[in-house]
Amino acid sequence: MTAETPSIPARPQTQGRTLIALEDVTKIYHVGTQMVHALAGVTVSFVEGSFWAIMGPSGSGKSTMLNILGCLDHPTAGRYVLDGYNASDLDDDERSELRLRRLGFIFQSFNLIPQLTVRENIELPLYYLGFDSHASADRAEELAEMVGLADRLEHRPMELSGGQQQRVAVARSLANDPAVLLADEPTGNLDSSTGVQIMELLTDLNARGKTIVMVTHETHIAAYAGSRLHMLDGKIDRIEQ
Amino acid sequence: MHQIRVFKNIRLGVKNLLLHKLRSFLTVLGLVFGVGSVIAMLAVGEGASQEALDQIRKLGSNNIIINSIKPTGQEGSSSQGRSFVLAFGLLYDDEARIRQTLPGVKRTVPVKLIRKQGILGERQMDLRLVGTSEGWFDLVRRPVLAGRTLTRRDVDDFANACVLTEFGARKLLAGGSTIGQPINIGEEVYEVVGIVRSEHGGEHVPDLQADAYIPISTFRQRYGDLEMRREAGSRSATRVELHKILVEVRDQDQVKGTAAAIESMLDLFHRGRDQRKAKDYQVHVPLALLEQAEATKRTFNIVLGSIAGISLLVGGIGIMNIMLASVTERTREIGIRRAIGARRSQIVGQFLIETTVLSTVGGLMGIALGVLFPRLVTYFAKMPTIVPLYSIVLSLGISMGVGIVFGIYPAVRASLLDPIEALRHE
Repeated sequence: MTAETPSIPARPQTQGRTLIALEDVTKIYHVGTQMVHALAGVTVSFVEGSFWAIMGPSGSGKSTMLNILGCLDHPTAGRYVLDGYNASDLDDDERSELRLRRLGFIFQSFNLIPQLTVRENIELPLYYLGFDSHASADRAEELAEMVGLADRLEHRPMELSGGQQQRVAVARSLANDPAVLLADEPTGNLDSSTGVQIMELLTDLNARGKTIVMVTHETHIAAYAGSRLHMLDGKIDRIEQ
Repeated sequence: MHQIRVFKNIRLGVKNLLLHKLRSFLTVLGLVFGVGSVIAMLAVGEGASQEALDQIRKLGSNNIIINSIKPTGQEGSSSQGRSFVLAFGLLYDDEARIRQTLPGVKRTVPVKLIRKQGILGERQMDLRLVGTSEGWFDLVRRPVLAGRTLTRRDVDDFANACVLTEFGARKLLAGGSTIGQPINIGEEVYEVVGIVRSEHGGEHVPDLQADAYIPISTFRQRYGDLEMRREAGSRSATRVELHKILVEVRDQDQVKGTAAAIESMLDLFHRGRDQRKAKDYQVHVPLALLEQAEATKRTFNIVLGSIAGISLLVGGIGIMNIMLASVTERTREIGIRRAIGARRSQIVGQFLIETTVLSTVGGLMGIALGVLFPRLVTYFAKMPTIVPLYSIVLSLGISMGVGIVFGIYPAVRASLLDPIEALRHE
């Protein structure tokens, strides 16, 4: 992004250890008396350093997949291994812990806390990790600089543009140095040029070794990813690399 | 690393509350008034009861005071030259009997009273002349300011010694030295031998501010037992041997028993078999009054406590209501925090601390109000008020407790929100 940031050569997508492994993962919801198979046996692995886009029509299970990957939900059947941890049968506290230490989220509607400043928003994961205020502030500044918002640290989200807010969200998602960044339609609420900015930011992060899994329905956004997973009716339809 | 960091949470909690200053204030208002009014009422009650208790204590908890009272429905009167003397009240024999037959009695003091004009030099004032024995001054415990009190010898010798109260002395002498001066009371002359402090007492205190004390023997010799009164067109006369008897009991444990014995003894000798006769004496037991006053105070405090409990309940429900609304408003925020990795217990902690900060601040404001208001009462209404320390500490503790108790439900509800649903909210 800036001249100062060192450039790290892009890691080849096929090399590296498996960071995420889904084995025959199934998710069933009960809606009234009916059973809905949101996911019906999904098996796939993502290696470290890869950039995946998950695509599919609505109802294909892509959101459910992201929720399970994000430990916000758990599979009804099957195994999910994240960075060596068996994330399939964890209780609520254990899943929270895993999210805190291993995952970073980026949402379509940014999801910043409006009453907190940019700095405080970025610091949020650090607060739950137990960082003291100095270490926390330093890291927040570092991250804000990385996304180009060092001069907006004391502003409220309300005072920022959509693109700026999403950049704050990205900074926040990196605070805990996660193994995987999970992004749900990251450009959905942005105009095309701002969307491009964000995608370039994500691409840069991936180039530096961050594993990214992104859900999107826009083909031109998915094009930024190295691999694309197409879902249909709760199953994997095809994989493009 | 799994701490719920209290101080940082308190700061955040305060920040959140300040975001909605008016709402937070109104929420807490019920608690403020509840706490404030309880403290204020307790203070007024405490002040009043303290005053009453002090007065009663001054009577001496080992003392029994027996007064002669004019029996109702009878009047000594005269019309057209006929006279009728009404005899009632305590007798010299009563005093002797009490002193000699009741085991717990340490000492008895007889008292005769009459109103007379006192003249000293140029000045005069209305006095209550009190004929009594040397024991009076011990029992009533007023400090001697000058000279001496009456002695056994004064009584034995029918001395014309007179002890004045400070109040009376000041009025009659205005600065001049009193001791040794002759004072004319009711056409008899006495020598002022001492001055005692006078207290502004209550209804039960045996001495008045404008009293003059002389030996009872002297009193009896010079004024006898008969008191005449002239009213429009008729003359009335009363014969009273003793107006009061003060009894000092040896041990506080024996007071009630001795009082009961005195009652039955006097009843026997004054009424005998004629139960229709009206009672012409009354036995006051300061100890009983003290206990009664304290029991009344306890009842008052219980009532107050109940009112306080209700107002705190109402205040707490108000807080819970607002916190539930707050949780709903911040559903998204809760989802975000949970997504980031906050555990349920940490969400509970966050909201519980907010609620407790709110209720504690409300409690502090209530305490400020509760301490201020009695001062105004004392200043304007001149009533004594005392704010007991325990009421402040208790109020603070209870305010915090209310925050915790009524904050738990909203906090737990917040923590149980499903993060996925919460993020979709609004």
